Amino acid sequence: MGGFFQAFWDIASSNSTYLNGALFAAFLAFAATGEWVAERAGTLNISVEGMLLAGAFTSAVGYNITESMILALFCGVLGGLIIAGVQAEMSHRLTADQFVVGLTLNILVLGLAGFLDNEIQPATKLASSFDVPLLSDLPLIGQALFGQRWPFYVLYPLIPFTWWLVYRTRWGLELRSVGENPQSADVSGIDVNKRRRQSIYYAGFTSGLGGWFLIFGQIGLFEDSVIGGRGFIAIAAVIFGGWTLRGTLAGCIIFAGALSFRLSVQGLGYEVNSELLQSLPFIVTLLGMAIFAHRVRAPAALAQPFVRGLK
Amino acid sequence: MSAGTAHRQNSRLREWIFFYILSIIAALVLSAILVEATGGDWRPVMNALLDGSLRRPGRWGETLGTAAPMLLVALGTIISSKAGLINIGQEGQLFVGAAFATYFGFLLGGPGPLNVVLILIFGAVGGAAWAGVAALLKFWRNVPEVLSTLLLVTVGGQLVAYGLSQPWLLLAPLADRGNRNQVSTQLADDNRLPRPEIFGNEVPSAVFIAIALAAVVSVLLARTTWGFRLRMLGRNPRAAQRSGVGQTRYGAAALLLSGAFAGVAGAAMLAGGGFAFGNYQLVPGFSANIGWTGLLVALVAREKALVAIPVAFVFASLRTGSSFVGATGVEGRITDVIQGFLVLALLVPPAVMFLRERQRARAAATERV
Repeated sequence: MGGFFQAFWDIASSNSTYLNGALFAAFLAFAATGEWVAERAGTLNISVEGMLLAGAFTSAVGYNITESMILALFCGVLGGLIIAGVQAEMSHRLTADQFVVGLTLNILVLGLAGFLDNEIQPATKLASSFDVPLLSDLPLIGQALFGQRWPFYVLYPLIPFTWWLVYRTRWGLELRSVGENPQSADVSGIDVNKRRRQSIYYAGFTSGLGGWFLIFGQIGLFEDSVIGGRGFIAIAAVIFGGWTLRGTLAGCIIFAGALSFRLSVQGLGYEVNSELLQSLPFIVTLLGMAIFAHRVRAPAALAQPFVRGLK
Repeated sequence: MSAGTAHRQNSRLREWIFFYILSIIAALVLSAILVEATGGDWRPVMNALLDGSLRRPGRWGETLGTAAPMLLVALGTIISSKAGLINIGQEGQLFVGAAFATYFGFLLGGPGPLNVVLILIFGAVGGAAWAGVAALLKFWRNVPEVLSTLLLVTVGGQLVAYGLSQPWLLLAPLADRGNRNQVSTQLADDNRLPRPEIFGNEVPSAVFIAIALAAVVSVLLARTTWGFRLRMLGRNPRAAQRSGVGQTRYGAAALLLSGAFAGVAGAAMLAGGGFAFGNYQLVPGFSANIGWTGLLVALVAREKALVAIPVAFVFASLRTGSSFVGATGVEGRITDVIQGFLVLALLVPPAVMFLRERQRARAAATERV
């Protein structure tokens, strides 16, 4: 048992754990903030996985063509928005089932990314690092939070902006009301399905950014397995966080901790069965939801379609 | 009056058919454009697909054999979605089912034909157990089953892979491994599902099991009290609860049953799939996306068990055809894309029809006033 604690301590005090943890958390947070907005408006948007993959792929292709990471960012956002468009228009204009659409989109994007990746094979590279002066010298977390590659820092303005958008604007108020009680919102003159579509577009926007961040801030190359189910962990983070932005981010950090722990265990040379270790983040996510999911209150109209006159 | 109703029904049917054909064509054209845009030619791809799925000798038997597990998965999905539950973890349930079938089938190792039945039953038990985890999380801890079933796919896959690396679980003894690291012992000849030969095609008998079960599920859902309760639960959980259909009891049963079907599919792949599925051995990645595709079959069939039969055949054709596409110089994964476009396109007509019906109803209502 002593060995176990020693190992745990080694991992908890190693710099790379925090560096990787921050990267994983940032990636999850990009997806989870958008997903949170979509869920507050009443869509359990499982196509976030597809949006991330589409964003990663289009930004890789964009970089391949333009050789500019800024333009690649716009391409990534565009990729996320395209998937969001299909999801939004099909589930909140045509009233197709949102899970069915999302699931199909995930499979379609995976197929498309695999097919096109083999045809195009976009070449990408990592962005350069940027140390924030002073802050990056903080012990343990300094490098992790302020010594990353520059795409990482896009997250910092995104989170307060999202908070402001949802809690401090009329649009955000309408968005939340649509997720809680669409009938009342409808009666007071809010176009319910329009708000929901917009919230999905916002999820597409942040997921596109997330895909772009993954390629240029974390991995540096595109494969069709880059996302590998982590979009679903982002959804779990929103549920874990009880549909608050703070909680969602906390969920991202905890689940990222599990992802990073997995890497560190192997990196520090401890012998743990790799298959069991691989499933650790997913088990932690499931346990996290099992402990917290029944304590929190979901948006009352979550995952319920709105058609005027039907309830 | 009756003539008018018949006429209206006829025109409605024509509308349905029109929209369906339109969306299928749209999906195919979109795929063809994609092939052309990446420098391929769609005609040879089309030919290769038909060759690989139907025309070449022995291929349609192969296609039927692929369709069988897809259909089984789809049937389970239909049961759970009728009850208003969204089980999307069939891929994992199938894999765990196959692992249970391998472990217990091998462990018990009775005389031939009896053991095949045991293998199928333990497949069902394994699939149900894995779905049961999600059911437990949902009805005890309030975790949405959409997410838990999905996350359990990865966990299940890794657990079975772990089992395949441990000699005391699933890993074959050194002599039987060949050049592979993670592989289970091959099922003995008399432990396999028979593959009778019909018109020069080997047809796995899982096909007959699957079709029979499709009929059973269809009757069960449409003609029994249990099926009625399940549908009531799916349509209006609150009303169902008030009339004595407990969500926990019936919902959990539906979820377990859908997992059991996925597990049977896994066991059938193991005991009767032949070379297409691991060659009677369990290997990592054994489930080979059959669970996902079966789920899509159920979605396209719109919760109708009998409709799922032809749909499963079409999707199986895309899969068996894809192995021939590579020879045309176009990446074989194009079939994944075609499949995705098809499913997406097939979601449109029902939604459009729903909105049109509503418009019509509203128009009729205002006319009367």
